[in-house]
Amino acid sequence: MEGSNHPPMLEVKDVHISFGVLKALNGVSLHIKKGEILAIIGPNGAGKTTMTNVISGVCHPKPGRILFEGKDITTMPPHHVAALGIARTFQNVEIFKGMRVLDNIMMGRHLQMRSGFLSQGIYWGLGQKEEIRHRKFVEWVIDWLEIEHIRKTPAGMLAYGLQKRVELGRALAAEPKLLLLDEPMGGMNVDEKEDIARFILDANEELGTTIFLIEHDMGVVMDISDRVIVLEYGEKIAEGTPAEIKNNEKVIKAYLGTATRR
Amino acid sequence: MSFNWLFVLEVTITGLLVGLMYSLIALGFVLIYKASGIFNFAQGAMTLFAAFALVSLSAFLSLGFSLVGVLVIMVALAYVVERVMLRPLVARPALALFMATIGLGFFLEGVAQAIWGTQPRGLDIGITETSYDLGGILISKMDLFGAGLSGVLLFCLVWFFQKTRTGRALRAVSDDHEAALSVGIPLRSAWAITWAIAGLVALAAGILWGTRLGVQFSLTLIALKALPVLIIGGFDSVPGAIIGGLIVGSSESLAEVLLGPYVGGGIKDFSPYLLAVVFLWARPYGLFGREIIERV
Repeated sequence: MEGSNHPPMLEVKDVHISFGVLKALNGVSLHIKKGEILAIIGPNGAGKTTMTNVISGVCHPKPGRILFEGKDITTMPPHHVAALGIARTFQNVEIFKGMRVLDNIMMGRHLQMRSGFLSQGIYWGLGQKEEIRHRKFVEWVIDWLEIEHIRKTPAGMLAYGLQKRVELGRALAAEPKLLLLDEPMGGMNVDEKEDIARFILDANEELGTTIFLIEHDMGVVMDISDRVIVLEYGEKIAEGTPAEIKNNEKVIKAYLGTATRR
Repeated sequence: MSFNWLFVLEVTITGLLVGLMYSLIALGFVLIYKASGIFNFAQGAMTLFAAFALVSLSAFLSLGFSLVGVLVIMVALAYVVERVMLRPLVARPALALFMATIGLGFFLEGVAQAIWGTQPRGLDIGITETSYDLGGILISKMDLFGAGLSGVLLFCLVWFFQKTRTGRALRAVSDDHEAALSVGIPLRSAWAITWAIAGLVALAAGILWGTRLGVQFSLTLIALKALPVLIIGGFDSVPGAIIGGLIVGSSESLAEVLLGPYVGGGIKDFSPYLLAVVFLWARPYGLFGREIIERV
């Protein structure tokens, strides 16, 4: 990303999170530059999901600071963080299971919809114009994610891979500046993974969405990310381009294990 | 005794009309259950509280103004409940919230007793106890009014939940708290709105049952009738509350006239619970409730 003297979009400064005696994050600092794809890797329990929760306001670091576009969001509740343009998906798929796929993705635009519930319900004037405008964008997202055939299906009835796709659609429907993806390809087969990787790259290139990606599949991470950060036991042990990470001794030892070294 | 079909039809219609009023009470439970996953034990006390408030306000205000007044009180109550009761219990087990609603129920009953005493009061909203004769079928004006009001309110609530941005947000909250927060829905205001709507339903139920039975403490027991409705229809389904209410209303009236004579009557009071037990055996999540499959 050129213009690197601009301040980063997101800055995480010396963040600590403890659950009882367990230090989930122990003084981690990182930054995300506008327009990049940053991947976070690390063994299970390294603190990757906790980092997502810290950025999205689900848990608040103590001590530590988080700045988004220069604004301090350290103690902001999640629904305010969402309003600033940070959308996310969850490791264990959190979708609205009782609602149709269409309504699920429509929920992603909740914050963009402003007209009062009366005009909206009566489907008049502003309400109608708004609904149509949002529906257009939502339909576009549905098209793009290739889930037209299931748009009226209750989301809870879908297979796991499709549920993950719906969740991704909901996050993208918010047109976020920063998208946090917590293992978007977990539990998927190779074809599904390729699809998701393509959607992530498209979102990044076509919509200019900045992406924070947690993923276990090394192949995917090395292929699509601009930068990689490695966490282990709540601490950052490496940071760099995919090529640098691949050859980092510490990473190979901690993450891949010595046996897999080629 | 020859079988009188016209009479059976009349009983069925009356049962269905009363059933709509059961649906309305059940809906109060369903809304809270969907939004926060708890069975609101205080719904009966809220009904009583609203009815008492309406009686005392209408003593010196016109009916219209008293209704607005009670509505304001119920919305204020919802706000206080969210602030004082729900907020400190966020992320606690559902059982803690359930216990809190039992406490709220007792508290409201106590407050109602302290303010209004224990004497039953009459509530007159200008509907007389007359009946219409429709080709040999007698339909009570009160039943018709009650069913009409319930129907309108049910329609409005369903419309609100299905068609509006706020309603959609409330549905989302009921499905998944974390996801709702992540798309920018504030849980606290969602809960406050839900409780305000439950207060509105309590007010409507208070009016309907208060005019029929008088405003007295047994009104809290009306809420118990919602239990078989919910078991039959499903705890988390709005259409379930409506259909369940109609089933309970019509089946209890029919049981009374068809089976009652063989066992000496009084079936009406327990037949809905028997039906509920059958449903618990055959379909524990109700007709429209979401089937929860737990992996063990």
